[in-house]
Amino acid sequence: MGTAEIEEIERPVEADWNCRVNGSPLGEMPADLYIPPDALEVFLESFEGPLDLLLYLIRRQNLDILAIPIAEITRQYMAYIDVIQTLRLELAGEYLVMAALLAEIKSRMLLPRPAGSGDDTEEDPRLALIRQLQEYERFKAAAERLDEIPRLERDVFHAHASRDGLSAPPAPAPALEDLLDALVGVLRRAGLTAHHQISAEALSVRERMARILETLEHEEFVDFVSLLVVTEGRAGVVVAFLAVLELSKGGLLEWGQGEPFGPIHVRRRMAPVEAA
Amino acid sequence: MTDMEPREVPGAEALELILEAVLFAASEPLPVKDLLLACSSSESEGPDRAAVEAALESLGAHYRGRAIELVQSASGYRFRVRQRFSLQVQAAQPERPQRLSRALLETLAIIAYRQPVTRAEIEDIRGVAVSTQIMRALTEREWVHVVGHKEVPGRPGLYATTRTFLDDLGLSRLDELPPLDALRELVDLPGAGDETGEAVRVRVQAAEDTTPAAPD
Repeated sequence: MGTAEIEEIERPVEADWNCRVNGSPLGEMPADLYIPPDALEVFLESFEGPLDLLLYLIRRQNLDILAIPIAEITRQYMAYIDVIQTLRLELAGEYLVMAALLAEIKSRMLLPRPAGSGDDTEEDPRLALIRQLQEYERFKAAAERLDEIPRLERDVFHAHASRDGLSAPPAPAPALEDLLDALVGVLRRAGLTAHHQISAEALSVRERMARILETLEHEEFVDFVSLLVVTEGRAGVVVAFLAVLELSKGGLLEWGQGEPFGPIHVRRRMAPVEAA
Repeated sequence: MTDMEPREVPGAEALELILEAVLFAASEPLPVKDLLLACSSSESEGPDRAAVEAALESLGAHYRGRAIELVQSASGYRFRVRQRFSLQVQAAQPERPQRLSRALLETLAIIAYRQPVTRAEIEDIRGVAVSTQIMRALTEREWVHVVGHKEVPGRPGLYATTRTFLDDLGLSRLDELPPLDALRELVDLPGAGDETGEAVRVRVQAAEDTTPAAPD
């Protein structure tokens, strides 16, 4: 909110005050009624709603709740509402409802009562409001007394001793099975988190080709399967197979199979193949 | 547990010391039930309730004339600093105690005196909407909690105060709260339209005695 806005409403706030107490003009605005505009928001929040504001106005004039001069109170109340509306419209909603209620009560009181219809047919329109005010005032007072009760951490403090130095009872020694169980658990988890290291291929096809040629240096047929070394695992077999194919492609091997489905033999081709 | 000798039922003096130790080490008020448990071993019967209560009383008497006192609130017994030292204790603490807003106190008062109560009922009395922040603050402080739901459309939560609320105010029971002001009976209102300074003040009378019988 800019200062210009605040200055703008300053005049009306001062000028609008024309308080009457029990019919007689108050003349000057009482000091505790004047609200500097920039303090208004704070002031507003100091009222806990329309009932609170109404009670304040009533108490300020030493009036009995049971004898509220509705018209006068409404007038004063409205003066506050005007100010509230200027600043905080969203907050004013609940206050406006009260203003409407006050106006309604006043208008109902001005209406002549139908003669002969009995006294008790219609309740005094002020009754409901008075009951509400009384009820609110009780709890307002109760809240103040509640606040006066000595409260923990404000008026009352606990006395306690540190128990840091107290040792906890020794934990029982674990049973062997428990240790083993724990180990099994850890191992199982370790299995789940095995590292997969990607490294350069340890087996080289080139190297294997050379080794196969060395194996075949005697120019005798060798069982092809024996060249595929199982001890090096799947990868080793594949590499050996590739090496054999590679050698075969280079025309360095001779193949032979004695019978269908029989063992396949391979040997080194010593001399370059004569052109047919 | 074979290496443990069954403990003797502690004598009155020993009992007092045990209770002193247990109460000082506790961070919450302790009910007699828990104190009984602390004083008994697994193998032997502990002291009975009367013995513990007697020991508590004599323990409290020991602190007469000291700055510490043994007090009882809703949840049980605890040691606290005597209230006349609260200013000094407060001054020695780095944090200022938080002031409670009027809105919060009024809401708390309505819950305390009218529990179990719904938000709508609180709003009826205060004439303003109950802010969520206030309810949250009260709940976080563990002063109020929802104890059920009212069987009306929307099943609104019913709020009530907690033991912690009583403990923090040093009360044992709700009826130790200061009584609500009595409602004055509404008998005669000044006549409608009569709003001048001479407005007749209402006589405060018991309604039943004075209300004339309504004409038929």
